[in-house]
Amino acid sequence: MSGLGTGYDLSCTTFSPDGRVFQVDYALKAVENSGTAVGLRVKDGVVFGVEKLIVSKMLEPTSNRRIFNIDRHIGLSFAGLQADARQLVNRARLEAKNYRNFYQDDIPGHVLAERMAAFMQAYTLYSHMRPFGCSIMLSSVDRRGPQLFMIEPSGISYSYYGTSIGKAKQAAKGEIEKLKLSELTAREAVAEVAKIIYQVHDEVKDKEFELELSWICPESKNRHEMVPKEIAQAAEAKVKAELEEAMVDED
Amino acid sequence: MDTMTNPQPFEGEHRMGTTIMAAVFDGGVVMGADSRTTTGSYIANRVTDKITPVYDNIFCCRSGSAADTQAISDYVTLYLNLHGNELGEQPEIKTAAALFQTLCYQNKNALQAGIIVAGYHPRTGGEVYTIPLGGALVKSPWTIGGSGSSYIYGFCDTNFRDGMTKQEAMDFVTRAISLAITRDGSSGGVCRLCIIDKTGVERVMVPGNKLPKAYED
Repeated sequence: MSGLGTGYDLSCTTFSPDGRVFQVDYALKAVENSGTAVGLRVKDGVVFGVEKLIVSKMLEPTSNRRIFNIDRHIGLSFAGLQADARQLVNRARLEAKNYRNFYQDDIPGHVLAERMAAFMQAYTLYSHMRPFGCSIMLSSVDRRGPQLFMIEPSGISYSYYGTSIGKAKQAAKGEIEKLKLSELTAREAVAEVAKIIYQVHDEVKDKEFELELSWICPESKNRHEMVPKEIAQAAEAKVKAELEEAMVDED
Repeated sequence: MDTMTNPQPFEGEHRMGTTIMAAVFDGGVVMGADSRTTTGSYIANRVTDKITPVYDNIFCCRSGSAADTQAISDYVTLYLNLHGNELGEQPEIKTAAALFQTLCYQNKNALQAGIIVAGYHPRTGGEVYTIPLGGALVKSPWTIGGSGSSYIYGFCDTNFRDGMTKQEAMDFVTRAISLAITRDGSSGGVCRLCIIDKTGVERVMVPGNKLPKAYED
């Protein structure tokens, strides 16, 4: 890999001749090596689904969470370096807490997204710090309704109806575009997200994975929570059955 | 200096003895205040404007120490404008009230400020909040404050109704302020009104000789 950005890629403080900051691009590569995460903003809420690749059979199932609570009404999921994500989660929680202290109110999703974007961008300015090696998705329900944001290591934040990050993000985006998101309820979205993750999971390269699902919707009283076990398991079982049927048909 | 044996006309800092109030009507709020500022028994300003903007559609009525309330409302104006920029829309009235409360409560030992916060927001309609001396925050459909308010509790309790029209609310406030001016020595001058609704802000000034007449007048 000596070809890519030779000479211009050693620190954040160097632009390449074609105007790129290679360190930031490389940070995105770290994101692409991680398990896929999908976020869908639908009629009445936002749903996250994460393909949590299992590195060892000895791992306790719910450990190494990929989805976090930032405040009661905001959730965060990520793809990329888990340790970096932990820093971002702590920062987001701090911002939410300080906002609440000062304004006596929940932090709106778009305000937190912009603050996190500014925070991540700051780490692309100095040679003695590296950018964060993860992209994060924020889900929230506030006075503007349900919202979904994605922030890249470069510090750009986007507001989406549906998006994905990680290994199979392109394939997942293709599946997302087929859905009519504004007509789905959060319950239906849970099933769709499960289906997408199972479809884009690479059976050959990655063996086992655990599916983490979270939602924020009227059914969860507009609080960000992990999808209740029964619903999650039912969705997974249904998806597995559908995929087996599809495989049988192909023969 | 003992004022009984050695009376001085100019005493201490500028105070707003005051009558202030605000009331919600169907579609907005009406705020009212008298216009007297005193230093002791000298009337330093007889045409004061005690109703100050902190944002486009959010105002506050100030009572107590003029210096304290001006300093507080200047800070709140600053914070609210920064907040509105980040939010990308008009802040809610309760946010303005929360900022006032933080300042009034955290500095309660040093301040003498009784503040009424009111305004109109498209999502919530008209809202009124009161922050009395200790820094408590109370939301209600109508509220009165200042030294002159003691004399009009009965009038206001009897005459306020939910869902008044704009004109009814203006009359309610004007009559109340007028009665308080009649009885309270620290309140006087003109009655200033501020009506905030979805079309914006309207300022009205009712001169002393045009105020509605009470019994003895």
